[in-house]
Amino acid sequence: MADALRAYGLIVAMWVRSTMAYRASFALTTIGNFAATAFDFVTILLMFSHVDALGGYSLPEVAFLYGTTSTAFGLADLLMGSMDRLGRRVRDGTLDTLLVRPVPVLVQVAADRFALRRLGRITQGLLVLTYALVTLDIEWTVTKAAMLALMPLCGAAIFASVFVAGAAFQFFAQDAAEVQSSFTYGGNTLLQYPPSIFAKDLVRGVTFVVPLAFVNWVPSLYVLGREDPIGLPDWFALLPPVVAAGCLGLAALAWRAGLRSYRSTGN
Amino acid sequence: MDFIELDQVEKVFDVRRRTGRLRREKHQVRAVDGISFTVPRGEMVGYIGPNGAGKSTTIKMLTGILTPSGGRLRVAGIDPSKERTRLAQRIGVVFGQRTTLWWDLPLRDSYRLMHRMYRIPDPVFRQNLDRCVELLDLAELLEVPVRQLSLGQRMRGDIAAALLHDPEVLYLDEPTIGLDVISKAKVRRFLRELNAERGTTVLLTTHDLTDIEQLCKRVMVIDHGRLMYDGALAGLHEVGESERTLVVDLERELPPIDLESARTLKVEGPRQWLAFPASVSAAPLVAALAERYPLVDLSVREPDIEAVIAKMYAERSA
Repeated sequence: MADALRAYGLIVAMWVRSTMAYRASFALTTIGNFAATAFDFVTILLMFSHVDALGGYSLPEVAFLYGTTSTAFGLADLLMGSMDRLGRRVRDGTLDTLLVRPVPVLVQVAADRFALRRLGRITQGLLVLTYALVTLDIEWTVTKAAMLALMPLCGAAIFASVFVAGAAFQFFAQDAAEVQSSFTYGGNTLLQYPPSIFAKDLVRGVTFVVPLAFVNWVPSLYVLGREDPIGLPDWFALLPPVVAAGCLGLAALAWRAGLRSYRSTGN
Repeated sequence: MDFIELDQVEKVFDVRRRTGRLRREKHQVRAVDGISFTVPRGEMVGYIGPNGAGKSTTIKMLTGILTPSGGRLRVAGIDPSKERTRLAQRIGVVFGQRTTLWWDLPLRDSYRLMHRMYRIPDPVFRQNLDRCVELLDLAELLEVPVRQLSLGQRMRGDIAAALLHDPEVLYLDEPTIGLDVISKAKVRRFLRELNAERGTTVLLTTHDLTDIEQLCKRVMVIDHGRLMYDGALAGLHEVGESERTLVVDLERELPPIDLESARTLKVEGPRQWLAFPASVSAAPLVAALAERYPLVDLSVREPDIEAVIAKMYAERSA
């Protein structure tokens, strides 16, 4: 594990150094990433210029949901966003070149073309979250504060698991990058809105099938003191770390199965 | 103990083929079909055969990329499919068709990353890099992003990358494919010196017989996943009963040349094509010709490896 992290750091450092060789270009692409992702929040602001509440949620409350998922997803996208190129690597055979290096393949794929500009998404997520925290009148407890601090980390771990599991699926279906995107990018957009505006079956699906609801919905409802639309027990709010660990474990198994299959069939 | 050992190694792929709208037929392809050979440390071996013969599949099993379906395989006493990353420290691989370098980064950045990734001690790294830069003419290319390099330049860059960590064995999959004559000569000279001075074991696949002639004492021929021949290159010509062609330009049109040691293949005006066994020298034939015919020019064409193998295969299966 320490070796894997070291290798990840080495590859990331190389890409960061190469990005920093063109500082102006880095600044522009980061601002671009910031602006492009912040557009999602502009959409929400436009909606609130016509209505006072969305599914019973005020603007600061929606901003809270938006900020928590954007930060979590931004973190996962920064660390693992390159995973969706795996299918292409399998197809054109360049995956083989990674298999002859003394470093885990997962690390090499994840760190490939590490894009520091993705900090733009995290920045705008944190800004919106700050706005929500300043505006909202939350009765803080230790549990709520701990939950808030853990949300980006557990959320990032859940999204990272989806990135890895999606990549593992690309060992079998090389064109499946879009399927993966619908869960990662699509999931992020979904979580920016309150669960009360969606069909209950969809909410159940992202709670029990692909557990994206644990990124922010489940813990946020607790922090905001909101009713859960599908009536989950209170203790569900404490589950995100458990769910995140479970997701990472399953994703690791899926990755191993995918790589094993590749090594027995080739391309 | 031999450095590379293969004992009845097999690789079977399941291939699915669509036979109807929804129906698929599964059938098996034996890419490598029971191959056994050993290579002692420090040997330089050519591994040749037609496209799809199983060469690349063998290399992929030797490097641990692919898991064999059967048989026993060891490199430096290690089972590559089980301990791929440990073995990676001790081997170097060059794929002619694709680069192991980072496409968008200058060569120097790729080398710097290799340095850390393989935990190469600083003095060793500096010494190996300097040596490769000098012998492979890389000095001008170090700051150039890999994608801007020509094929020959990139190949030299790749060979250097594969050698920075002092591998005990170097696998080269088509290292001279698509290179011009000068680049080919540079690569070959470098490999010869590497093998002679460092004792690095080299296994190379190629389509180019000249690579083998200039580099390898030993050649292995594979076709349809089976080892057809393992021995000296000269012996290959004998086994395959291959023929060289002597192209003769005469002063004027003459009836087909009649000599015991060669047979006439074709006559086209004053030019005639003679075939003679590849295992004998062309000198006596040329002497006999010069004595009896008015010659303007001569040239010798080497047998094509594909033809040699095709002939060998036809004979075996007959």
